[in-house]
Amino acid sequence: MRIGKRIALLVMVLFVFSIAAAGCGGGTETDDPAGDVIKVGVNVELSGGTASYGTNARDGALLAIEQINKDGGVLGMQLKPIERDNKSIADEAMSISAALVGENIVAQIGPLTSGDVAGSTPVMMENKVPLIAPAATAANVTVDDKTGETRDYIFRVCFIDPFQGTLMAKFAAEDMNATKAVIYCDNSSDYGKGLAQYFEKTFTENGGTILAQEGFVKDDRDFRAALTKIKGLNPDFIYVPGYYQEVAPLIKQARELGITAPIGGCDGWDSPDMVSVAGNEALNNSFFTNHYSSQDKDPQVVEFVEAFKAKYNKEPDAFAALGYDSVQIMVQGLKDAGEADSVKLKEALEKITDFAGITGNMSIDEQHNPVKAGVILEFKDGQQVMKTRIQP
Amino acid sequence: MLEFTQQIVNGLSLGAIYALIALGYTMVYGIIKLINFAHGDIMMVGALVSYFSLTLLGTNIFVAMAAAMIACAVFGVLIEKIAYRPLRNSTRIAALITAIGVSLFLEYFTIFIFGPAQKVFPASAFPIKAYALGGLSVLNKDVFVFVSAVVLMIILQYIIKWTKTGKAMRAVSLDQEAAVLMGISVDKTISITFAIGSALAAAAGVMLGIYYNTVNPLMGIIPGLKAFVAAVLGGIGIIPGAMVGGFVMGLLETMVSGYGNSLYRDAVAFGVLIFILLIKPSGIFGEDTGEKV
Amino acid sequence: MQKVNNKWLKLGIEVVVLAALFTLVQYLITAGLLKQYYQISLASMCINVTLAVSLSLINGFTGQLSLGHAGFMAVGAYIAAIMTNMLDLPFITGILAAMLGAGLAGFIIGVPTLRLKGDYLAIATLAFGEIIRVTLQNIGYVNGPAGIMGIPKFATWPWLFGGAIVTIVVIVNLINSSYGRAIISIREDETASELMGINTTKYKVLAFVVGAGFAGLAGALYAHYFYIIKPETFNFLKSFDILVMVVLGGLGSTTGAIIAAVFVTALTAALQSFPAIRMVLYALILIIVMIYRPQGLMGNKELSLRTFGRIWGGRH
Repeated sequence: MRIGKRIALLVMVLFVFSIAAAGCGGGTETDDPAGDVIKVGVNVELSGGTASYGTNARDGALLAIEQINKDGGVLGMQLKPIERDNKSIADEAMSISAALVGENIVAQIGPLTSGDVAGSTPVMMENKVPLIAPAATAANVTVDDKTGETRDYIFRVCFIDPFQGTLMAKFAAEDMNATKAVIYCDNSSDYGKGLAQYFEKTFTENGGTILAQEGFVKDDRDFRAALTKIKGLNPDFIYVPGYYQEVAPLIKQARELGITAPIGGCDGWDSPDMVSVAGNEALNNSFFTNHYSSQDKDPQVVEFVEAFKAKYNKEPDAFAALGYDSVQIMVQGLKDAGEADSVKLKEALEKITDFAGITGNMSIDEQHNPVKAGVILEFKDGQQVMKTRIQP
Repeated sequence: MLEFTQQIVNGLSLGAIYALIALGYTMVYGIIKLINFAHGDIMMVGALVSYFSLTLLGTNIFVAMAAAMIACAVFGVLIEKIAYRPLRNSTRIAALITAIGVSLFLEYFTIFIFGPAQKVFPASAFPIKAYALGGLSVLNKDVFVFVSAVVLMIILQYIIKWTKTGKAMRAVSLDQEAAVLMGISVDKTISITFAIGSALAAAAGVMLGIYYNTVNPLMGIIPGLKAFVAAVLGGIGIIPGAMVGGFVMGLLETMVSGYGNSLYRDAVAFGVLIFILLIKPSGIFGEDTGEKV
Repeated sequence: MQKVNNKWLKLGIEVVVLAALFTLVQYLITAGLLKQYYQISLASMCINVTLAVSLSLINGFTGQLSLGHAGFMAVGAYIAAIMTNMLDLPFITGILAAMLGAGLAGFIIGVPTLRLKGDYLAIATLAFGEIIRVTLQNIGYVNGPAGIMGIPKFATWPWLFGGAIVTIVVIVNLINSSYGRAIISIREDETASELMGINTTKYKVLAFVVGAGFAGLAGALYAHYFYIIKPETFNFLKSFDILVMVVLGGLGSTTGAIIAAVFVTALTAALQSFPAIRMVLYALILIIVMIYRPQGLMGNKELSLRTFGRIWGGRH
């Protein structure tokens, strides 16, 4: 009898919670009659290790959808986002893609990391629904390694690893006259490792030597051991491909230890937190590759930054900008296709040229990568200053 | 030589942080034999409380730290009352799973309320000064963390060895039933233990905030795990052991990164843990108690 | 005579029920009636059942607290993926190699660590699991943190279902054999069983190796269903997930582990519709279940439906 009571209580509690939950999350769940809306899947990391990336990209994407709907929608219809959390796990990303496809989405935005996109890929390919990845940078996300074939339904709006790694290596060798570099990369992400690989390749091709390669992992906050070692090597350039959460304290500690060499990085650095964590002074003499600058005077960028701040009360980082562009490029594709059909959307996306995104003007190449200009930004007393702009 | 000395300084200051977290961990374990996986997350809550105290209320760092410690002490007692007490007479593994549940709850409830993004701990709260001692870089925060860890350890050791509450704690740790017969309130003693342990976690959280300038909802997972390893290394349940374990961990990680390969840092740290467990399962300071038949 | 008949009858019923279940799902898949989403959930269930049952042998029946199960899963997943994806060997070779490899890893880890008891064993296995992950992260041949991508989808429904059934059958038979009685005696009282002349180390290692081997099987199935594996997938939080299933089901209950694995998978899927609070709800449910049902859903009992006979041949 006691056990019976306990189970009853348990069921009750579960019931109460599911009701409460339905109240919280139910907003986007109501079924509209088909035809009136275009459903867009948002399959992002809202929990787990990369929750902060996914949340920012989601915020950017939802802002874009809100703006488009306010301006009358696309093809006379409103966009309806269906948001799901893949827990930063590839198999969850796959399961969620299948669920979203079952809800007849026209395209999916996300996931963020290359690994989670890979999990989602087979489902999107089988069902012929385009996936637009905001930030999956690994080269083999859109191209099959073995066959060299482009994955039909996978697109992205971000740089790929080879582009940024090469860009920074050339900059270090040619503009900074560096010959002895150290790589200190985010070893827990394919992003950091991928960039490091291409940096090393180009840098050595340009006559430089890599003195050492060190690594940190996500959520590390203490870098002084490796930095002390690097200081002893006395390099004239340090390449730190990784995300700002780790890089900001890393640069701060490097300067505290008296390392004065220039430090280079990548678009993962792009966040207002860089300055607030590392401080103006520490960031001087550091450079990173990016597709845009949030301090850009371009009216489109200014407008995005303002709108984002107004809606979320925080500054957008690179993920937010890329999430925003993912939706915008999809909308462009829908307009070009002339109807809300996944296959036609894919064909339209393949033909996109000179799309004016806030992360740059981009054209989709035959490997479904965006061709867009890169910039090298320098931190000067906390301001991002455009150093060079490089057309691909 | 200079580089080596610098690495020692690096290792000690990293170790001091592990030691601070490990102190609370080991204390809770010592009394109720529960691996409190939520300890790292209580630390995160402490860091958040101090963050809001600094930014919203504009208090100074000492008030912020006191607020965090008091809030977490209350919070720790509540967690124990709600989640752990009903399981006191169940299997330990059930309590362990509950601890995992509490840990997940704290992490994701915080994310639900504040979002997963990191928050920047105001740098003005604790102005950094660097002392250059003949090429050696020592920061005032290094000294601060180190001294705090040592002082807190001494206070704890004093409480446990010499006060009445401490004696009650040891009695409960040794034999709960006998403690009851001696007129000790087990519930009260355990509550006090959780209060002290959680306050220590909060102190460590504030230190982490000062140290690395950021606070985020998942910040407790990795330091929590490392500190737990440190506590086991030193002999879990033993206060000086946690301290020594923390320093050993810090120095070890620093040396692996500095003179070996930073890519294998975590693997080596865990490898040494296994090695120590195998030659002396009760940890560096632990007493080997033969099993009574 | 009656007993023998009963035994065969039970076996017959089991086979019929399972065959019916298998055929039904297979039919739904081939006829295209089962949505892809549900197919993926079913695949997750089979893999989780394999994981939970194999861990329940170690944690539930032998009483050795292991927190490194995801490590063995990783070993199996990587070996199988290397076999099929990189060396182009058939799937069955990959599976067998994965089981052997994970079993071997279990042996290497088990022999030294199983001398430890309780929480010390738990932390040692957790450490080993993390060492496996960090090592994989640093092996260039398997692409480090990026992992192996584009693994062929060999793990069809027959493989998944078969994998789970084989795991259950082998482990239930092991538990019900004389080995099993020795294993359970270790859980009940290690010192006493040693005094009774049971070579406790041998049986603990045996259970550990078998459990690890089947975790390897689960890893192989996982790799060949979910297309990509990377070290991060197999971190200590994954081990916790598996442990949660075993404890929720009830330590020492195979049916409990199966039910809990299915329940947790279904719960995870059901919570997908609440993206913002799915993990909060999951955590709350976990805490509530543990508070009100600390012995797990099944305790150490096996599910026995009188009408169908005792399905898994439980001894209670």
